[in-house]
Amino acid sequence: MVTYVFLVAAAMAIVFALVAIMHRSPVVNVLALIMVFLALAVIYAVLGMDFLAAIQIIVYSGAVLVLFLFVIMLLNIRKVERFGSGRPLQAFLGAAASIGVGMGVILAARQLAPSFGEVIEGAEKGTAIPLGKALLTTHLFAFELISVVLMASLIGAWVLARKEDS
Amino acid sequence: MWVDLIVTVIKVLVVSTVLLTGVPIMVWVERRGSAMIQDRLGPNRVGPMGLLQPVVDAVKLMTKEDLTPEGVTGTNRFLYLLAPAIALVVAVSTFIVVPFGYDPGLELFGHAIGGFVVAPDLDLGILYLFAVGSLGVYALVLAGWGSNNKYSLLGGIRASAQMISYELAMVISVVGVLMVTGSFSLDDVVLHQAGTWFGFIPKWNVIPQLIGAITFMVAVFAETNRLPFDMVEAEAELVVGYHTEYSSMRFASFFMAEYINMITASSLIVVLFFGGWTLPGIATPGGWLGALATIGIFAAKVAFFLWFFVWVRWTLPRFRFDQLMALGWKWMIPLAVLNFLWVGVAMALGYL
Repeated sequence: MVTYVFLVAAAMAIVFALVAIMHRSPVVNVLALIMVFLALAVIYAVLGMDFLAAIQIIVYSGAVLVLFLFVIMLLNIRKVERFGSGRPLQAFLGAAASIGVGMGVILAARQLAPSFGEVIEGAEKGTAIPLGKALLTTHLFAFELISVVLMASLIGAWVLARKEDS
Repeated sequence: MWVDLIVTVIKVLVVSTVLLTGVPIMVWVERRGSAMIQDRLGPNRVGPMGLLQPVVDAVKLMTKEDLTPEGVTGTNRFLYLLAPAIALVVAVSTFIVVPFGYDPGLELFGHAIGGFVVAPDLDLGILYLFAVGSLGVYALVLAGWGSNNKYSLLGGIRASAQMISYELAMVISVVGVLMVTGSFSLDDVVLHQAGTWFGFIPKWNVIPQLIGAITFMVAVFAETNRLPFDMVEAEAELVVGYHTEYSSMRFASFFMAEYINMITASSLIVVLFFGGWTLPGIATPGGWLGALATIGIFAAKVAFFLWFFVWVRWTLPRFRFDQLMALGWKWMIPLAVLNFLWVGVAMALGYL
């Protein structure tokens, strides 16, 4: 059961990821990305992390992608140009680099993570409690560091968007 | 297994029937209520006190021609048709985690009914509601984009900005309640509010967390696009915003979704801050009669907040868009954070 749900969700994620980068209407791209995130949420839920699944939908599908749509609608972009126009070398290098990074991630994940369906010893399943404990004890430093990074990007965006005062 | 399924089907049928019947009743209340506030008569011709007016409206909407505006083709046509469906699906499916009565271990066909809530085993509770509810904004945004109309587009843009701004305030103001309860399940939230302080003050969350209750209510008004925050529709500026181009049942889908969202929002206010189905004195009665009494209490409280929605709509004028954003970011979010800090301090000192 778990395996079938996972396979369907994973297949959906891949198909919609392709739609997200290949369709020519930007709104459809964003919608496809929403479907990718919903499929990811299903995978989290199947793995027993329903809290993470809900947060995935609330944060990414419900907020981040709404901002994407907001920008697209504000600029009124009706169509994106077809890719692969006239720069074959760059296209080839880009594809090679992304395949390389993807392979690296897969290899690293195979080294670090347990195989699918295998239960990590001592890991608690379920809602927010184990996740919150892990974030505020074991990974406290990384957690706080990420908030500094977010603050830095916020300030950066503010500097970029600020109008020069004469 | 099968009995479980039948019990769930019965709950789904009852809840969806009540929600869908609630819509015409609310339309009637809104029209008569607005007439009362504005010193007019309102619809009073069809049926006693005009009560059958919504039926006539429904027949009218169903028999109207379903138009698609010129230039809405291809992908845009798909989005145009998808939007009302999203609105209605999201509106109907958010209610399943709201507990609407107390279950003292009742049985149906010799089988436990598992609480007066459609999905009792969903530990996520309020998180599920926020997750599904946050997808509702896509209905407005896609309708605005797909309609190929500048007023609709402006409505959609406003919807996306407004929903995100107020979603933050809404979620942060709920954090205090969840901290006190220690659970995401709305059933636990209500049970935590049963009982009294000093024998007569009900243990409702609104009393220690008045600021949180106020920010939550304001945010909910903005999330349901009701006046004074109906910038998305804003008849005076944008025709009616995102659903300008819709007619017939597609328009009715948006209309129904708005009223169902109002019912869900009122239920949430009641469950989170006003004690759900509890009253001081009658917290956990037994038997079917007691259960029905708790459902009645819950319905009465929800009805009050539904009337509150109508009352506010016809009392306050509409905000300007920059005022709306300033209120959301400069007042509601800091106030919600203040509430959540106060709850944290009070819990650490042992008061809550």
